[in-house]
Amino acid sequence: MTLPDLATGSLLAVGGVFFLGGTVGLLRFPDAHSRLHAVTKADNLGLGLVVGGLILQADTPSLAAKLLLIWILVLLASGTSAYLIASEVLSPHDAPDGRSGDDQPGA
Amino acid sequence: MISLALDLSLAALTLWVAWRALSHRDLFVGVVLYIIFGLLLSLVWVRLGAGDIALAEAAIGAGLTGALLLDAASRRSRRPRDGATAKPDPAPRRGVRVPLSQSAGIALLVSTLAGILTLVVSGIDGSPARGLTRDVTDRLAESGIVQPVTAVLVIFRGYDTLLEVGVLFLAALGMLASRRMRDLSPVARATKEDPVLDGLVRVLLPALVLTSAHLLLVGTHRPGGGFQAGAILAAALVLLLLAGHRSVSAIQGAWLRFALLSGFLTFLAVAAGPMLTGDRLLELPVVLSSRFILVVEAAIALATGVTLASLFAGARPLPSSGPGRNNAFPAATDEP
Repeated sequence: MTLPDLATGSLLAVGGVFFLGGTVGLLRFPDAHSRLHAVTKADNLGLGLVVGGLILQADTPSLAAKLLLIWILVLLASGTSAYLIASEVLSPHDAPDGRSGDDQPGA
Repeated sequence: MISLALDLSLAALTLWVAWRALSHRDLFVGVVLYIIFGLLLSLVWVRLGAGDIALAEAAIGAGLTGALLLDAASRRSRRPRDGATAKPDPAPRRGVRVPLSQSAGIALLVSTLAGILTLVVSGIDGSPARGLTRDVTDRLAESGIVQPVTAVLVIFRGYDTLLEVGVLFLAALGMLASRRMRDLSPVARATKEDPVLDGLVRVLLPALVLTSAHLLLVGTHRPGGGFQAGAILAAALVLLLLAGHRSVSAIQGAWLRFALLSGFLTFLAVAAGPMLTGDRLLELPVVLSSRFILVVEAAIALATGVTLASLFAGARPLPSSGPGRNNAFPAATDEP
């Protein structure tokens, strides 16, 4: 196994661990805000590590740039959607009730 | 060995997610599972080597249809009933209790069908000599296009694609007529203007348009093409609709009709052109075909994008609708 292959393998493995951690947080954390936190932070970092591992395997610079672009776009989109979900949970008169978070922060 | 294990687990996961999407009690969860199912299905297409179909499945099946279903599911639970109470409904529940004898019969039927399908599929001779790949690659030079899928879609079976574009056009017509839409105006949203969402739209929209153009242009020699570009364009318009951006209502009246018509009419004109010089329908000269095809694909992309976006926009209740009213056909007293 060459060095790039080893590095790719370990980056993919660590990325998988972060995904697993994010999913465990999603399932086990008490309220919606902490769940959002876990999923957004851990999953995006996991994706970054996976993308980093794949970039090491890319043949051309343009392919590596596209992979990086995918990660950046996912960062933007998931950050925004986490913010939107959190703001919906915070103002319950706009959100569908009883679904993701009936816990009021600090209430 | 590893790829077989990967494929088997992918197949099993796809089946399980599909079953849970249908059987879960909570409608919202079912819709989310359906979106995940769409993504898994596009992975399946990638494993089968069909890049174009994977792109279309991810964009339309998972993305657009998923957004449509999410919209419908959230609206169902929020619309107050005719009791005129302001309290919205709880999340819709599904699931019917089936007696044991019926479920045993259903299980027997499903396993019999699965068994027959397995027998049939395993009996198919998958060697390249029997399939159509040899015929397509032999005749690829006649079509003037490098990518075999695009060659099949637009040149060898161009008649089918022409009719499909016509069907899409009819669907858009039906939606426009039954909802009396003149434009793709976004529904006035209850939430306030959001700077974060606006910032995201500002970043994503150029990226989406660029990706759509890129898919259109590489369609001649890599997975891509008119339908995929149109799906991404539709995603961009749906993003504008969902963000409540006013600019999307600029597509109205004559512009909307032009966009919807352009695909079918352009393809028809290019297809009927050879008839003027004595050839038959769709018999394009080889040297010109790749350029004509780009024009046709661009028109298909525009038309598909606007059609899918108008189908999405038309599925939402009109702003003038009140609580509890059936929004499928506006009453005659509505303003035109």
